[in-house]
Amino acid sequence: MLAMYREVIRIRFLMMLAYRVNYYSGIIIYSINIGAYVFLWQAVYSGKPSLEGFSVIQMSTYIAISWMARAFYYNNLDREIAEEIRDGSVAIQIIRPYNYLMVKVFQGFGEGLFRLLLFSIPGMVIVSFIYPIQLTTDPSVWIQFFISLLFGFIVNVEVNLIVGLFAFFLLNNQGILWAKRFLVDLLSGLIIPISFFPEVFQKIFAFLPFQAISYIPSVTLVKGLDISKWLPAMGIQFAWSIILALLCWGIWVKARKTLIVQGG
Amino acid sequence: MAQLQIFTQYLKQYLKARLAYRLDLVVKFITDLISQSFNLIFILVVFGHTQTLGGWNQSEVVFIYGYFLLPWAIFGTFFNLWSFNDKYIIKGELDRVLTRPVHSLLQVIMESMTPESLLGVVTGLIVMGYGASGLDLQWTWYDPILLILFTIGGVLVYAGIFIALTSISLYTDSKTDIQPIVFNVSNYGRYPVNIFNRIVQFVLTWMLPFAFVGFYPASFLLDRGDWRIYAYLTPVVGIVYFAIAVLLWNRGIRHYRGAGN
Repeated sequence: MLAMYREVIRIRFLMMLAYRVNYYSGIIIYSINIGAYVFLWQAVYSGKPSLEGFSVIQMSTYIAISWMARAFYYNNLDREIAEEIRDGSVAIQIIRPYNYLMVKVFQGFGEGLFRLLLFSIPGMVIVSFIYPIQLTTDPSVWIQFFISLLFGFIVNVEVNLIVGLFAFFLLNNQGILWAKRFLVDLLSGLIIPISFFPEVFQKIFAFLPFQAISYIPSVTLVKGLDISKWLPAMGIQFAWSIILALLCWGIWVKARKTLIVQGG
Repeated sequence: MAQLQIFTQYLKQYLKARLAYRLDLVVKFITDLISQSFNLIFILVVFGHTQTLGGWNQSEVVFIYGYFLLPWAIFGTFFNLWSFNDKYIIKGELDRVLTRPVHSLLQVIMESMTPESLLGVVTGLIVMGYGASGLDLQWTWYDPILLILFTIGGVLVYAGIFIALTSISLYTDSKTDIQPIVFNVSNYGRYPVNIFNRIVQFVLTWMLPFAFVGFYPASFLLDRGDWRIYAYLTPVVGIVYFAIAVLLWNRGIRHYRGAGN
């Protein structure tokens, strides 16, 4: 069973490797986006030593790390699922002797692993030459960060699965996929760290799963959270990954019953 | 005149096709609104932590963003060239276009326009209004005329840059990723350029002149004279970039050999 999923990861990794040239431009695009926000925030700080507990350097580092982490956790599983439902190939997938959702998760992981090695890490090196950022050298912080990042990936994958599965009920959800992308980018703290939002919004966001995707891992690395603060943060990520997994499963069971293969 | 007739025919066909999937249309409106309101939220949140951004207050930055939406929406309506390479070169649709007696670029534009994006103009005007409500702006009789001229200039800048990049496909059939890269640079144009460093400012003014799409004209309408000359240059820059793009396109069409069968 595990060997099979390992194979899924390997194959997706190799598939991505075949198109690796596409990723050089991706690194440039991310660097451009990081630049825009670094400049904007520098103008916001304009002399102030710190805002909401972030110094200027920490802010730049936060932006850089959250964009490069996005390269790792971001995937189009929602679109893949929606398309497979649209063209009917999901029917074949369901009768195969594996769990459709788990295969998707591991495909996403293979993709993420590829991007981490060939996008995020070289991208981070390039970005740290261009912009004033400061990365910690404390190995324990890095370990905390990678554990947190993995949970960020899991929560994001689960959100994607749920949105993708809605195609079962709506049959056409291109717009929802777009809206979801914007929503995740904003509410996960990618563009604005959660602590910069007005109080009311922070309280609402605390009840949403999105901060577990980007904000928690990035803060973990930038601030070097000590264990007493890190464990509760991990608890939030862990809780969301369980809750969303159950939700996924529920929707999946219900969706299979209502499956109508278009044009089938 | 004949061109105009063809244009209205295309528009009618397009609307028929779109209205067959009404829900899609609604969804498109909503997603456009969401992406625009998120940019606005970003501005508002940022100004929760500072009074000015490079010397510009919240209302002014909102106004600049609102103004930027006008050329952006018009550009998005008529110049959806993103999938040109796939659709026209790899699938060979361009061969069909070239057998017809209307200019090839015009046909491609008409076939890929999305009139529903024009709603962005309304959103832009509302955002501008919201920004202006916090400011004491003195508008003269010629300001609306300049607004229209600037907007056309901005559209031409955008169109010029992306038509030029699209015509690369006519010279080589391998895919390039330069379009999305430049597209991301264009986002810089909706913020005051003086917050960026000198190199970025230079690029945004003279190489990929996206500052002419949003910031320069908007700063003029805000009665901030520091960039007056740049604002006046907007239509000129637009015409120059557009003209170069059309030349590149025409040359590319002559050069075009097709991607085989």
